[in-house]
Amino acid sequence: MEYFLIIISAIFVNNIVLAQFLGICPFLGVSNKLSTASGMSMAVCFVITLATLVTYLINKYLLIPFGITFLQTIAFILVIAALVQMVEIVLKKVSPSLYQALGIFLPLITTNCAVLGVAINVVTKEFAFVPGGMLNLGQALVYAFATSLGYGLAMVIFAGIREHLALNDVPKAFKGVPIAIISVGILALAFMGFSGMVK
Amino acid sequence: MAVKSNLTNMVTVLGLTCLLCSAILGGAYVLTKEPIDKAAAEKTNQAISQVLPHFTEVEYNEEGRYYTAKDADALVGYAIESTTVGFGGALSLIVGVTPDGVVYNTSVLSHSETPGLGAKCTTDQKFMSQWKGFNPAVKKLSVTKDGGDVDAITASTITSRAYALAVENALNTFNKIQGGQDNE
Amino acid sequence: MSKFKLITDGLVKNNPTFVLLLGMCPTLATTTSAINGLSMGLATLFVLVLSNMAISAIAPVVPDKVHIPVYIVVIATFVTLLQLLMQAYTPAMYETLGLFIPLIVVNCIVLGRAEAFANKHGVLESACDGLGVGLGFTCSLTVLGLVREILGSGSVFGYNFIGGNDGMLAFVMAPGAFLCLGYLMVLFNKYLKKN
Repeated sequence: MEYFLIIISAIFVNNIVLAQFLGICPFLGVSNKLSTASGMSMAVCFVITLATLVTYLINKYLLIPFGITFLQTIAFILVIAALVQMVEIVLKKVSPSLYQALGIFLPLITTNCAVLGVAINVVTKEFAFVPGGMLNLGQALVYAFATSLGYGLAMVIFAGIREHLALNDVPKAFKGVPIAIISVGILALAFMGFSGMVK
Repeated sequence: MAVKSNLTNMVTVLGLTCLLCSAILGGAYVLTKEPIDKAAAEKTNQAISQVLPHFTEVEYNEEGRYYTAKDADALVGYAIESTTVGFGGALSLIVGVTPDGVVYNTSVLSHSETPGLGAKCTTDQKFMSQWKGFNPAVKKLSVTKDGGDVDAITASTITSRAYALAVENALNTFNKIQGGQDNE
Repeated sequence: MSKFKLITDGLVKNNPTFVLLLGMCPTLATTTSAINGLSMGLATLFVLVLSNMAISAIAPVVPDKVHIPVYIVVIATFVTLLQLLMQAYTPAMYETLGLFIPLIVVNCIVLGRAEAFANKHGVLESACDGLGVGLGFTCSLTVLGLVREILGSGSVFGYNFIGGNDGMLAFVMAPGAFLCLGYLMVLFNKYLKKN
């Protein structure tokens, strides 16, 4: 039951882009075409889940026992940067086809605040529907995975909208990013309908 | 970039940077530790003094998540932390209960309710003042819609219900504390 | 004169929010009121100026292949410093801005200025550049915060002018952030971009 709540809440109610405002830069940057948008979502999904696993363990077995949680930010970002680099190298060797699909997005992910945001959220935020408030490792992974699914969902919906927007005649000052952001606003309004769903 | 990218150079520069940065941060941590602790303690003290009458010392019970407040050895009351799920997420209260089992006052520690609707639980005078001196023996602890005596915030029944539930949980904790002491 | 121009460039011509479209996440998330936007802008300004200075100072001795990790460590150090200082002296604001203080590390503006400007220029010029871009960011955030606060809660810097607290709530919530930013960008494009 908790897992179900975590998944619904992470995908719909607290959608990472539309409600938490994380990972907006790549969201606006690569959502021009449906194909790149889905490629980016997959890469983000992969990295967020992996990064959450590693940072969760580091936080629990290194930072907390030694009382140096104030180094959290610096430790997490280094881990994420190293991890992204490593994923890139491994993918290149092991699965060239997957590397072709995700490769160009990987370097962008280090500075995607969604990754660091989820990693920090998982170890600091209290979740009301989880007994005790803090997530355990399994719940953290489910949360991370579901959050990145929410990211993918928002990304794909938005890319679809944007492909249609490109064909429309909009006033000059609205062209490009402004009309895109306004459409995200309307999309966010729709997602607000989900709030209050998880009790 | 005047320096070549060979292994020795890279390792030295990276190592030195990390060393220097952690040294700076370690120093800063030691320097700011005292003000940070002071700020946190002040915040707790302020929260407790909002929900309980005058006291001179407090003691925190980690397991039950409550503070015991005393004024020169005489028990003033308990400030009990209580968390429930509101409309937007966790709703954390601190509830002051005097030894006779009456709520002295309540205060919101943190919430993620909708601004302007549920978030009024921190500003709506009418809603907040009804918790002052709330006696669970006389009044029924649930919103009027559910047949109780708590006036809900307009258009925010779910938040009000969560608030009432949090107070109820706090009173249960209080009964446990009392029961535990009676057995001793 | 040139240093002065560096600062003014950051305000309009290279405005990080409206022209370069960098640092969108804190822009949208923390501007629920003018004061929050202002604080977030100043926090970023602090990190931007210091990290620009530090990076321009160490850039000549950093080997090319490891420059990104070194820059990230430097930036993260200043962000952590900021976290500690805010926790100590402005705990309430630290709590309001929450997650978005540590996330300054991954704000593209900071790393972007380090890459595009600080590693090629002197310490003083880099400081000016950081100040300019930081001020541009602060202004955009404050303006966005101000607009959202006026529409959403009917107040300016916490001073309520409509009586009661019934503004148009949607503007304080997530969709309003996107809508306001979108329309402000339109105005910016129409009236300021040409100069």
